[in-house]
Amino acid sequence: MNQNSPNDFPESSVEPGFNFAYLDEQTKRSIRRSILKAIAIPGHQIPFSSREMPMSYGWGTGGIQLTAAVIGQKDVLKVIDQGADDTSNAVNIRRFFRKVCGVATTEKTSAATLIQTRHRIPETPLKEGQIIVYQVPIPEPLQWLQPSTKETKKMHALEDYGAMYVKLYEDITKYGHIATAYDYPVMVSDRYLMSPSPIPRFDNPKMNMNPALQLFGAGREKRIYAVPPYTKVTSLDFADYPFTVQRWDKACEFCGSQTSYLDEVVIDDAGARMWICADTDYCHQQQEN
Amino acid sequence: MEHLLKINQLSKSYGAISACENICFDLYPGQVLGIVGESGSGKSTLLNAIAGHLNIDSGEIIYVDPQGNTQNINQLPEIKRRWLMRTEWGFVQQNPRDGLLMKVSAGGNIAARLLDTGWRNYGKIRETAIYWLEQVEIESKRIDDLPSTFSGGMQQRLQLARVLVTQPRLILMDEPTGGLDVSVQARLLDLLRSLVRNFHLSVIIVTHDLGVVRLLSHRLIVMQKGKVVESGLTDQVLDDPQHPYTQLLVSATLTP
Repeated sequence: MNQNSPNDFPESSVEPGFNFAYLDEQTKRSIRRSILKAIAIPGHQIPFSSREMPMSYGWGTGGIQLTAAVIGQKDVLKVIDQGADDTSNAVNIRRFFRKVCGVATTEKTSAATLIQTRHRIPETPLKEGQIIVYQVPIPEPLQWLQPSTKETKKMHALEDYGAMYVKLYEDITKYGHIATAYDYPVMVSDRYLMSPSPIPRFDNPKMNMNPALQLFGAGREKRIYAVPPYTKVTSLDFADYPFTVQRWDKACEFCGSQTSYLDEVVIDDAGARMWICADTDYCHQQQEN
Repeated sequence: MEHLLKINQLSKSYGAISACENICFDLYPGQVLGIVGESGSGKSTLLNAIAGHLNIDSGEIIYVDPQGNTQNINQLPEIKRRWLMRTEWGFVQQNPRDGLLMKVSAGGNIAARLLDTGWRNYGKIRETAIYWLEQVEIESKRIDDLPSTFSGGMQQRLQLARVLVTQPRLILMDEPTGGLDVSVQARLLDLLRSLVRNFHLSVIIVTHDLGVVRLLSHRLIVMQKGKVVESGLTDQVLDDPQHPYTQLLVSATLTP
């Protein structure tokens, strides 16, 4: 990156020859229609005509199309990858939208109106009016249990989710606890089983009754689903094995936070390691305070 | 006494081949009904039709639920039919590998029907699983083992436990002793007989082994080419067969 802070890129940086936000208006409209359907049926997967994007599948083509469909000239965009604003996926998607929209970007969660994320929900609580877009690799939570799409659709339609609990039963039997650490399945509004995308289960409680609109896009699988603001989201568990989140007996070595999600970073070739916040914006704020 | 299940004029054909033609019978609570016949006589088709695994061409399958309501199985919405198959009904496959989750532990296999029907307490589910393992004479310490580490007879007994755990009223069995050696068969039949008595089960059992029906079933239906050729009390049919095909079937049985 150059010395320019991401915020003060001149308007002239917009690449000529592209429609606003890369996709043409009809495509964006069709995606927005799918989004509206998804919002109307919280947690239910809606198919959409996923387009080829100038990046490979697995790098957030689903999320990027949702962002392109909902972004407006006045939006302030934040992009994170594993909580960090400065990793290559985040930097490139942010640069992409600056190029094709010329919108303002930010690293501050509180300043953003639109947040595209890979694998994390920011530590700073989201608020009303914000939209968070998740990049989803595998939208179907039942896929590992039932390879047939026809059958998984039927299971969703009939609310037939016993098989998922069999998996949790096996986890407790094998490991003494539910071992799923990320992409931990949730029930949305007591109706649809939903994959929360590969966020750590630490973030699952943040989805519940969240004031922000949560959109999920899977580009390769061509699926969109959504959790509207203030919707009940519960993580699956057993009465005597309640859902828990990860805890660390350490604090972040930069900001001292004991409540945020920590990454383990190996810092030399002698096996020394340090624990730091995964959410870089939150860590900076804590250091300033 | 009110019947539990009534099959009325059930027909099913595969193209030009008629697999079941105008089958009628009643099943009463606590009764074991044997269906015998040679391969291709339509007995498995009949069982699968009753279980809702395939669509029938015409006829009725009437089930009387514990509240006394009659339900037409082939007109029931799928959600209700699935629920029925997991609570009040059970299906035991000939090959336990078709009826079990082979990559899930024995306990998980028994737990599946409980979890399907809304049980959400791990401790209680496990207690129940252990109880049913003991009922089918499997040591409770094998609860966390995979079914693939079980012998064929044990797998079949595990399949029984998996079905029995929701205390069904009606169990459909497709050749449950097929593929087992004679001593294991005897043990399974013995177990089946005591389970039927202790839990007051109604059973429809499809088999080609007359020894199995003689030991287990109260009534017998003999099928040939998709038609019922003879029916009645098991002893009566086997000791005094009227239809030529039944006579052939009985005389073909080896007696030691």
